[in-house]
Order: sequence, then structure tokens, then C-alpha cells
Amino acid sequence: MSLGIVFALLGAASAVFLAGMGSAIGVGVAGQAASGVVTEDPNKFAKVLIMQLLPGTQGIYGLLVGFITLAKIGLLGGSVAALDPMTGLLILGGCLPIGIVGLVSGKYQGMTSAAAIGIVAKREDQFGKAMLFPAMVETYAILALLTSVLVITNVPV
Amino acid sequence: MAVMQMQRISICALKENRKAILEKLQALGVMEIDTTVLADEDLQKMDTSSSRQVFEKQAVMADQALEVLDTYAPEKKSMLASLEGKPLIGQPEFHHSIELRGQILQDAKNLTEWNRRISEKQATIQKLENQTESLTPWLALDIPMTGSGTKQTVSFIGTIAGVVTQDDIWWMVREQNEELEAFDVKILYTDRDTTYLAVTALQSEAVAVEETLRKFGFARPSYLANRTPAEEKAEYEKKISRLKEQVEELKEQIRACAGVRRKLQEISDYYRIRSDKYEVLGTIPQSQNTFFISGFVPTDSLSLIKGKIGDVYDCSIDIEDVPEDVEAPVLLKNGPISSTTEGVLASFGLPKKGELDPTKIMSAFYIFLFGMMLSDAGYGLIMFLGCFIALKKFPRMGESMKKTLQMFMYCGISTIVWGILFGGFFGDLINVVSRVFFGHEVGIPPLWFAPLNDPMKLLMFSLAVGLVHLFTGLFLKGYTSIKNGDVMSALIDCGCWFLFLIGLILMLLPSSIFAGIAGTQIVFPPFVNLLAKVLTIAGALGLLLFSARDKKNPGLRLALGAYELYGVTSWLSDVLSYSRLLALGLATGVIAQVINQIGSMGGRSILGAVLFIIVFLVGHTLSLAINLLGAYVHTNRLQYVEFFGKFYEGGGRPFTPFRANTKYVDIKED
Repeated sequence: MSLGIVFALLGAASAVFLAGMGSAIGVGVAGQAASGVVTEDPNKFAKVLIMQLLPGTQGIYGLLVGFITLAKIGLLGGSVAALDPMTGLLILGGCLPIGIVGLVSGKYQGMTSAAAIGIVAKREDQFGKAMLFPAMVETYAILALLTSVLVITNVPV
Repeated sequence: MAVMQMQRISICALKENRKAILEKLQALGVMEIDTTVLADEDLQKMDTSSSRQVFEKQAVMADQALEVLDTYAPEKKSMLASLEGKPLIGQPEFHHSIELRGQILQDAKNLTEWNRRISEKQATIQKLENQTESLTPWLALDIPMTGSGTKQTVSFIGTIAGVVTQDDIWWMVREQNEELEAFDVKILYTDRDTTYLAVTALQSEAVAVEETLRKFGFARPSYLANRTPAEEKAEYEKKISRLKEQVEELKEQIRACAGVRRKLQEISDYYRIRSDKYEVLGTIPQSQNTFFISGFVPTDSLSLIKGKIGDVYDCSIDIEDVPEDVEAPVLLKNGPISSTTEGVLASFGLPKKGELDPTKIMSAFYIFLFGMMLSDAGYGLIMFLGCFIALKKFPRMGESMKKTLQMFMYCGISTIVWGILFGGFFGDLINVVSRVFFGHEVGIPPLWFAPLNDPMKLLMFSLAVGLVHLFTGLFLKGYTSIKNGDVMSALIDCGCWFLFLIGLILMLLPSSIFAGIAGTQIVFPPFVNLLAKVLTIAGALGLLLFSARDKKNPGLRLALGAYELYGVTSWLSDVLSYSRLLALGLATGVIAQVINQIGSMGGRSILGAVLFIIVFLVGHTLSLAINLLGAYVHTNRLQYVEFFGKFYEGGGRPFTPFRANTKYVDIKED
């Protein structure tokens, strides 16, 4: 085992845990708002649940990058590639965008979701529009995901 | 792609036919009443608010009775009950219920009355239970709580704060007053912060003993029964059980009425319909012998009104086009596939006056983009089958629910197609199962390519799809302008942008930046390169000079033109936004692979197979749910923000015809 593999694993781990933390915060915040709405009107359960789930995607993007990284370094197939420290750092660098952006965007998407749940609470018919505001925040997680995937798939191992 | 043409129709008829005509209009449900144009001083309006209130009250009474029934005799409903829709009631049955309405309303009254009695009795039970509870500490007392005595002694009860023993009390009293000695204290009960006692003293000393005890916080209980606590408790319990029996009887009575549920629903809807009718009746102007009614009707329903009303009753019907300055209500009419996405359009906003209905074009992109984001044949198959079966099984489901399910059914088909193109069937299920459980790996190769192996290729394709989508939007903007007679806008706001953007793209394609991303160098013949420059400059100049053509001040005009050119950055971000097609497509595939990977950890054994099945079911259900949500949200986003942003504003008023708005049942027309 070389130091390179340590860096690469560190990258995979940070992609998963940073983005996962973002989603956990976001889904948590949105869930609190959703619970409040359901207390008043249980019929809105399905709609607010969808709203609550919106910030959950960052964690999945993190998982995705983590998985691609593990596949890339051969940890899943059982034959670990011999990585030099430089390559390991490159992979770690590639993992950072989705990790950090996932953390921040997950949190803020959760706050936006909570506000959008307020729209659903007051004007249920505006669900389509309400859903759009949190989706805007997610754009940046998607761009970060894209960068991470492109970097990791293109780093020569 | 059509907004239904509306016409204004005005009917003048004899008052004697008023009821019949209104009922017919309500049953047809094709006319939106708008009597604002009929204002005239000589015509009178009827005040119907009091009758409406009566009807509404009766509908509410039936609703409340239904609520009572739902509480005590709930209907057995399956989880899919919300898909079932309203039952269809024939006219004879409905009229039968209307004839019996007095009796049914009496039933409704009984039900609510019984419910009221139940809650009253339950409140009493609660009170008695509290009192029983407060007796508990005194249960050890075997004399009446009011106290008793003999010739020489007297007994009384009370509490002291804090936990004290018999000896403590005895000494405390002795310390205060040494003369008192002939008294007896018995501890009945001790809880965390109170001691309950019974005191017996000589009649002559009783007052002094109590006085002394009071210094330590002794107090008699506020309520004293003339019986021993045990008797008192038994009495309470008897009362409680009698009340509980009565409550059960009442509940039984309510349950016995479960059969009138349907009748109550029909009656509730009947009063709702009547209340709506009277609302309209209150708005229509009337003279001595005639009345007038006016409103919007879709052109294709005019003949229906003429046939069912014009030919049957003595009346005059005027039909005219909706004037230019009036916003007609909007009703969409689309083909069987595209009409399923009308709900998506409606939640953004219906086309306002002068805008075209983009549903048809949007629906094609919607289904295409949705499939590309989910892109897994297995998930697509589940979606398709689930929606298909639900649609077949519940033919009477509500209209909007039906359209949504149909939309997801078509999206499911698209997802299957994309899944086959990208080689995804529950991720890499076939590969994993064949490798782990059968020893040698087989797999279905993707018809096109596997996105994970060549993400750059899919990125380029996604952006190209985005460009087509956006250009379609821009084209529709030009088309709308021409249709509204604004050729200049079509030339500048649409044409110049086309020149400018196509020129820019042609310049970008052979550049080294693009070669670096795409991996291949594109070489154009020199005349194309020249053409690219010409197109770009021509488009840019057109935008710079003419986009703010309504401004007189040349400086301001140029500045605004430059700002319009700056809009090219939004084009860049719009196109990049389509990279989510790649990201979401990859997400589906990779999550599915992770699930399969976890499932296969048990290896090739019976236990391994069981583990695999459990992980497969739970994992793919979750994965389908979250990816479906993602695909739905982001397809909507691409339509609303990127596509509609180019040409569509919305804000039209939906067509709300005067019809029988029922809550529980649909009434069959003859």
C-alpha cells in the first residue's frame, strides 16, 4: 500500500462525508418545516415530503463520486492499483468540488426547501413553482458533481 | 398546440324557463358565466344570499354527519383509494335521494347530536376519573370523609405538606402545646410531597389540635363526601361504567347508520350544486318577464348550447367574438399524448392573451428529457407498468390524476428506451447476478454507449440537446411575434440572436478549447470560418443597434443594446445547465450499481441469494423513488427556467365553467 492510495481514499471519504453532511443538514431543516405543516394539515404529507427530499441529492452525488473513486483505484475489484502520491492527490483534488459544494449547497437548499414548504402550506396549488426555488440551489451541486466526475475519470492511473 | 377559441354568448329568455335553463347550463358545464357586461339600471338582480346560506348550511350538516360516520364507522379503504375517483350515480338514484332529503337531513342531525352526546359523556367520564384519582390517598380511611365521632371524641382528615411520620407529628404538636395529649394521628398515605392523615381527638381539644396542626401546614381537603372513600370510589366507578355503556350504545347507533353514508354524500353534493346555482342566479339581471345571462363558451361547444337550449326554450342567443381588450379564459386542447403534460404547463401558468400554447412541443421534450435523466430500463419498466395498471384498474379516477399518471407512463416508456441505449437495467443487475450466482459474467451491451465509460461524450450530447431545446424556445418566440404581427421583434429579438449564436458556435467548434474538451479537432473549410465571423458580427450589430428600438435617446439605446448582448452569458449558463442530464443519468446508474454491489456481498450461497433479494427490493425501491423525484424536478426546471425563459410568460386565467362541482359523487347525465 502506498501513500497515493491513502490520498485517494481520503478523497473518496471526503466526497461522501462532506456532501452527506450537507444533505443531512438540509433534509433536517426542511423536515422540521414539513412536520409543522403536517401537524396542521396531514393531507399535504406527500407534497411536503417531496420538498423535504430535494436537498437529499447532494449526499447521493457524494456517494456517486466516492463510488467512482473506489472503482477507479480498484478497491472494489480487489486489485488495488499502485498509486503514486501525486496521482492520489490529483484524485483527492477531484473529490473536493462535490464534497465542499455539496456541504454548502445541501444546507442552503434545505433552508430554501423549508421556505418553499411555507408556500405549499399556504397555497397548495403553487406546488410546481415552490419546487423550483430549491431546485435552483441544486444547480451548483450538479456543476460540482460534473467537475468531480470528469476529473476523476480522466486522471491517468 | 392550441388554446381553445372562446366566444361570448348571451342568452335572453323568459323568466318561466329560468330554472330549467340554469339547470341545463349547469349540467352541460361548458359556459363560464360573466354577467359584468350586462349591467343596466332598469334590470334587477335577485338577492339569493339567504337561500344560498341555507343550502350551504345543509351541505355542511351532511358533511359533519359524514365526518361522524368516518370517526365511528370508518369505511375500509385500500391504500390506492385516492386513485379510485368519485363513484358514478345514476339520475334515478340521485332523484330518489333528493326526494328523501328531509329524512336524510334528519339522519344527519341525529348523527351529529349523538356525536355531541358522546363527547359530553366522555367529558363527564374524564371528570369522574379525575375525582376517583384524587380519592386514592384516602382509601385507607374507613369512616366517612366528613369525619365522625363518639360521645367523647371527634375525627377529621387532612393533609400536611412534606413527608412526616406519626411520631414526628405527635412530637411537633407536643412541642407547641404541652397540654394536648389525648389525640391520635394515623398516617393514611404518603406520596412524594404530601402526607395524608386522619386525626382523632377529644371533643374538647379538637379545635386546639387542629389549630396547632395548622401551624405545620395542615389543611382539610376541599371536597368531602359523606361516605367512606371506598364507597365513594365504588359509586364513581358505577357512574363511569354506566356512562361508558351509554357511549357504546350511542356508537352502536351511529354504526347502525353507516348505510346512509352514500345518501348523505349525495345530499351534500345536491345542496352544493344548488348553492352554486343560486350564486349564479344572484348575478343575472332580470326584467319583469325575462332574464339575461352571458358568458364565455369554447367555440366547439356553441352548437351544444344552441341545440340543448336555443331549440328547446323560447329565447334569443347572441354570439359574438371576444373583444380585443378582454382577457378570455383559457382552455387548452391537445392530442392524447401531449395533453398529459397540460398539468405541468398549468402549474407554471396558462398562456395569456397572444401567447401560443407550448404544450405539444414541451411534452415531446418533457418525455425525452425525463427518460434521459432516469435512463434505466428496469426503472422505466416499473414506472410504465405501475401507471398502466393503475390506469386500467381505476378508470374513474380524477381527471388531473389520470393525466399525471399517463404522463409518467409515457415518461416510463422513454426511460426504457434510454435505458436500452445506455445499457442500464437496474444498474448492472444482469452482470452482477450472472457473475455472482452463475459463475460467468454475461451482460447486455448498451445499444449506444455506457455513460460511465465515456462521460465526456454524454456531456457533449447533453449540451447539444440543450442547444436544440433552447433554440426551439427562441424560434417559438419569433413565431409568436410574427403571429401577433410584430415582424420587427421577430427579426431582431429572435433573428439576430440566431445569427449571433450560430456564428459564435461555428467559431467555437474549430477552436482548441473545444478540441480539448471533446477530444477531437474539428476543421472547417475557410469559407465556414468566414461565415461564422460574418454571422456573429451581423447578429451582434443588429442586437446592439435595434434591440432597444423604442428608445429615442441614442446613447441610452446603445447602452441597452450592449446590455442585450451581455445576455449571451445567460445563454452560456442555460446551455451548461443541461449538464444535469449527464449528472442525473450517471447518478441513477451508479446508485443502482452500488445497491447491486452491496447485495452481492453474501456471495454464491442460499443466504447470499436471500440477502441479494432483500437488498435488491429495499435498495432499488429507494433508488427509484429518489431518482424519480430528481428526474421530475429537474425536467420541470429545464422546461420552466431554460425553455420557457426564452419565450413564455404565462398568466392566463383558467376556464372555470358553471357546472355541477360535486365533492363525493359524479352524477350521470342522461
